[in-house]
Amino acid sequence: MSASPFPISDLRTPISAAQSATLPVDILRFNTCGSVDDGKSTLIGRLLYDSKSLMEDQLEALERSADITGGGQVNLANLTDGLRAEREQGITIDVAYRYFATPRRKFIIADTPGHIQYTRNMVTGASAANLSIVLVDARQGVIEQSRRHTCLASLLRIPHLVVAVNKMDLVGWSEERFNEIRAQFEEFLPRLDIKDVKFIPISALQGDNVVDASAHTPWYAGPTLLHHLETVHIGSDWNLNGFRLPVQWVNRPNNPTDPKLHDFRGFSGQIAGGIVRQGQKVMVLPGGQITTVKEIWTYDGPVAEAFCPQSVTLQLDSDVDVSRGNMIIGQSHLPGSSSELLANVCWMHQKPLTPGKKYWLKHTTNSVQAAVIAINHRLDISTLEPQPTPPELALNDIGEIRLRTASPLFFDGYETNRLTGSFILIEQGTHATVAAGMLLPPREVVRADADDFVI
Amino acid sequence: MTSYHLDHLQYLETEAIHVMREVAGEFERPALLFSGGKDSICLLRLAEKAFRPSELPLPLLNVDTGHHFPELNTFRDARAKELGAKLIVRRVEDAIASGIATPAPGEVSRNRLQIPTLLAAIEEFRFDCCIGGARRDEEKARAKERFFSFRDSFGQWDPKNQRPEIWNLYNGRLNPGENMRAFPLSNWTEQDVWEYIRREELAVPSIYFSHRRSCVRRHGQWLPVNDIVPPKPKEEVRDLVVRVRTIGDIISTGLVESPAETVDDIILEIAAARVTERGSRADDKSSEAAMEDRKKAGYF
Repeated sequence: MSASPFPISDLRTPISAAQSATLPVDILRFNTCGSVDDGKSTLIGRLLYDSKSLMEDQLEALERSADITGGGQVNLANLTDGLRAEREQGITIDVAYRYFATPRRKFIIADTPGHIQYTRNMVTGASAANLSIVLVDARQGVIEQSRRHTCLASLLRIPHLVVAVNKMDLVGWSEERFNEIRAQFEEFLPRLDIKDVKFIPISALQGDNVVDASAHTPWYAGPTLLHHLETVHIGSDWNLNGFRLPVQWVNRPNNPTDPKLHDFRGFSGQIAGGIVRQGQKVMVLPGGQITTVKEIWTYDGPVAEAFCPQSVTLQLDSDVDVSRGNMIIGQSHLPGSSSELLANVCWMHQKPLTPGKKYWLKHTTNSVQAAVIAINHRLDISTLEPQPTPPELALNDIGEIRLRTASPLFFDGYETNRLTGSFILIEQGTHATVAAGMLLPPREVVRADADDFVI
Repeated sequence: MTSYHLDHLQYLETEAIHVMREVAGEFERPALLFSGGKDSICLLRLAEKAFRPSELPLPLLNVDTGHHFPELNTFRDARAKELGAKLIVRRVEDAIASGIATPAPGEVSRNRLQIPTLLAAIEEFRFDCCIGGARRDEEKARAKERFFSFRDSFGQWDPKNQRPEIWNLYNGRLNPGENMRAFPLSNWTEQDVWEYIRREELAVPSIYFSHRRSCVRRHGQWLPVNDIVPPKPKEEVRDLVVRVRTIGDIISTGLVESPAETVDDIILEIAAARVTERGSRADDKSSEAAMEDRKKAGYF
């Protein structure tokens, strides 16, 4: 058997993990998407291995399967390809989630396969990501798939992008080649909307610039991949501007033994934007009633303020009629209100979208019926250029559609708030989830009619 | 870091509470699977955080294989009582007696027989969603599990035909006979679970901590000496200082030699561990696809 790049005997002393066990850290969610050949599995394996997140029994299982079926080559894809059909056919069916930690951060990796249902899988895996890694083979440079991946990351508004130029060992650690690839990217990046892009020359197989700085790239002064993952600033990835609480559940104790709870009437939900403070004025949608936050109730005691994405229960001053699917909002940065919607949708089902059909639309905690009025265009996923109006959107297509809902939606453009700007479409009857939607910015915002609702 | 920032446990907590409340909001008759194990102990605290000061809007359900550690059942009953929650227990023994579950000739393990027992309980109470404590880091088949995991009218999981889950929008729509499993701890690791137990000061069954126990060497691991499958003459039996890392049945749960007496000790031990949690479960080792097969048949 050839030497494994991940020998069991070299498993690191787990001091770092023991340290992390005692400190509160935050979580970074990232996704990698690519095909079998670009070194994606090797990179994930390298991150897991070097952060001591691979265990002896997992490595032994890998080595056993390498001896039996792999001609002696350890195949890290076997770590994530857990289903029988995947092992038998050598393919990855679905998004697999992996977890690892360093003393600085915890990480959730959404590992998405590249070959089939690429778009659907990447949209699923990347929807909640803070960061996306585009792997580029240094020998090949920017290919179609690199562009597709980058465009999808931009469309999904993933705040941070890393271009990992892999297999640098196979181009002689050439700075010139690295700069060429960087230039290829920078040609089309300005057309996209990505706030933060980092280029890192690596060899996933040998570990250069993945966890430890490489001696082969003296010309590269930037961080290693892991260092970047550990330190990239994600504090502002949530929208803290306009307060939004989609009501999930009305909290009314039935027969409370505590007399203080006789009149308890709370509205529970996860804050989807902004900050709420006790005593502040809020508006309840769709009714438009204005009232005051009496208490921000939590299991651990009342708090003076709470922010996105905390889960809270609000008690309001006046007895307003509020139920699941309603939204409680703050005074500034008002959301849009309309039953005519424009959105980019990623189509996720074998049955194509044809205009005229009715679906269930789930937006925050609110479900309404929606009819697709028109397909405005389909996007070329490699350029984000609109193409002429197609008759339908097929599986893995992304396009702009016009929808009409049975009652108005209170929403933000996806570009300002991923939680209040997104929705899914559900087919009636089968209840299959058929599309992921990203709303375009509203044309008119909620009107605050009452005098005391100062904008 | 600004003050408007969540640490990893706060993030996992708010995500899990959101899932719990979506279950309460979208389903008519949900239940929470509570075994008394560490993961479901966290689930119960999260349910308190999601629904207090109201009563928990869902009963607790446990399938008792009859091969449970006695310490586990004692803990389970005490915790349910403390919370004022309704606890429903359905026994594999009863399911065998009534013909719902049929053991194969010579089959001692109750693992497979939990499945028809659970499905019968779901039918009996017409539960449309069961909240479970499964985590994606436990096992390869679970790494592909959704927060809302759809099951057909036979209780089966079809990994090739899962509903895509995008952002935090869960599709809970069902046709009659179908049901859902919901996994609020999907993104939690073993270490997160113990750190949460420490932060919330949650009680756990005593067998998670180091204790002296008579153990028998079987299939490469130490199992507790028990009456169901007593040691054979040639098997090595020893008195060891051990603890359980994950709890299955008493006949299949591997014990790890450990001096860990506190939650802090356990957290340090896990951080330094070199084998996975499920490495000590004989029920997962029966074949490479053991978990996948059981999930397809309706296992949680």
